[in-house]
Amino acid sequence: MMAGMSASAAAIEVRGVRKSFREVRVLRGVDLEVARGSIVALLGSNGAGKTTLVRILSTLLRADEGTVRVNGFDVRTQGGDVRRSISLTGQFAAVDEILTGRENIVMMARLRRLKNPGRIADQLLRRFSLADAGGRRAGAYSGGMRRRLDIAMSLAGDPPVIFLDEPTTGLDPEGRLEVWQAIRELAAAGTTVLFTTQYLNEAEQLADRIAILHDGTIIVTGTLDELKRLRPAAKTLEDVFLDLVGGRR
Amino acid sequence: MIILLGRSLRHVLRSPDTIVTTAITPIAMMLLFVYVLGGAIRAGDGAYVDYLLPGILIVTVASGISYTAYRLFLDLRSGIFDRFQSMPIARSAVLWAHVLTSVVANLVSLVVVVLVAVVLGFRSSAGVPAWLAVAGILIFFTCALTWLAVLPGLTARTIDGASAFAYPLVFLPFVSSAFVPTGTMPGPVRAFAENQPVTSIVDTLRNLFAGQPAGSGIWTALAWCGGILIVAYVLATVAYRRRI
Ligand SMILES: Nc1ncnc2c1ncn2[C@@H]1O[C@H](COP(=O)(O)OP(=O)(O)OP(=O)(O)O)[C@@H](O)[C@H]1O
Ligand SMILES: [Mg+2]
Repeated sequence: MMAGMSASAAAIEVRGVRKSFREVRVLRGVDLEVARGSIVALLGSNGAGKTTLVRILSTLLRADEGTVRVNGFDVRTQGGDVRRSISLTGQFAAVDEILTGRENIVMMARLRRLKNPGRIADQLLRRFSLADAGGRRAGAYSGGMRRRLDIAMSLAGDPPVIFLDEPTTGLDPEGRLEVWQAIRELAAAGTTVLFTTQYLNEAEQLADRIAILHDGTIIVTGTLDELKRLRPAAKTLEDVFLDLVGGRR
Repeated sequence: MIILLGRSLRHVLRSPDTIVTTAITPIAMMLLFVYVLGGAIRAGDGAYVDYLLPGILIVTVASGISYTAYRLFLDLRSGIFDRFQSMPIARSAVLWAHVLTSVVANLVSLVVVVLVAVVLGFRSSAGVPAWLAVAGILIFFTCALTWLAVLPGLTARTIDGASAFAYPLVFLPFVSSAFVPTGTMPGPVRAFAENQPVTSIVDTLRNLFAGQPAGSGIWTALAWCGGILIVAYVLATVAYRRRI
């Protein structure tokens, strides 16, 4: 029964995760817990290991040590169940350039065995302002359009947990607002969202909780207010971030 | 997997040049051998094109499979491979879809090459069972070589690296019974030629085309294909695991 209890406790549970690439120790004991239905922002400088952590959570990479449970399932032993529970938007848009935008989403919907893939595709295209471009080859899209298509693709079906690795990098302000809106709707519908970002205001705007990854560990987690209280002198999250990250160097 | 197969078949359909380029090298070679070199080559009694075709078909397969490495490499680099791997689908499905696509695309190229050969005067007394055997062997051979192509597709660092491995394969038929009988080759070369996979496959195909019994060479040919398939599959699986 323990497994059942932990499943209802947190959507994502990371304990003591370590990961090295040869001699580079990227993650050195990461602990993180994400409550169901919440939005958590993962912040960190370039090369801090955000992508590495997200890849471990989505079963693309194996941790050297530690345990990770997603939606109650162990990523090491229950990879199939984890993959059924998640959707991943990687750091770089992963779309099929030869297929059209619409075909890309239809393919995702069919791979997830959803009913009515065509209708799902049309809805998602509209939601991300791609309805007009849907019939064109994704290879001919601009960077921002590609990114929006990429996110639309991972929203086909509604898995309980979604990972987004720097979802708004390279988007114009309008595109960013569309993605924010989509993330808020997901969370309102009970989906758990973990996203990484370089934009501190994005974390401020969206996240229920913020986690900062630095030197291979999560150095702080908390709500925006809690983080600000850590450094009373700091006015913005940016100040807090720079202070925490800089102070450790 | 059907869905992923449909996807990569669509890739082939939307770039039909891959089928054309696959077929064009062997067709050019065939023209060269039949019209330029063929007159000087003594290889049995029949038309030289009859002697030549099996080897040309091997060249076709060898040049066709490099597209698998190419497409797989692009999937890895674009990140769509990772996207599939994070979805609730069988993990091997992505690789199998590429392999089956290669088999289908190569079959089309092979048919094109055979048709050109017929135009050049190729005639076969083979019946339906023999043609089916030819198709079976070629499919098996394509499947085995494609798994070999998966390896550079998974491990190459550059796009050129991914497709360059096919060149030696294309030249393997030259040191075999594919274009000239091995009898005239000097000792060591001949020993190599007679004991490498292409010779047994080519000889078997040639017998089948001639309407003769396939001979014991067919078991050598099948053993080579099976051996290549198993080794390549195991290596590809190891290369795949090491990515995680
Ligand atoms: N496959 C790999 N092989 C070797 N080193 C790797 C590999 N993947 C990541 N690294 C290294 O791990 C460290 C963390 O990389 P990661 O991509 O997780 O950082 P990140 O926080 O996502 O950075 P960014 O903000 O730039 O996206 C980097 O030093 C990187 O060079
Ligand atoms: Mg990253």
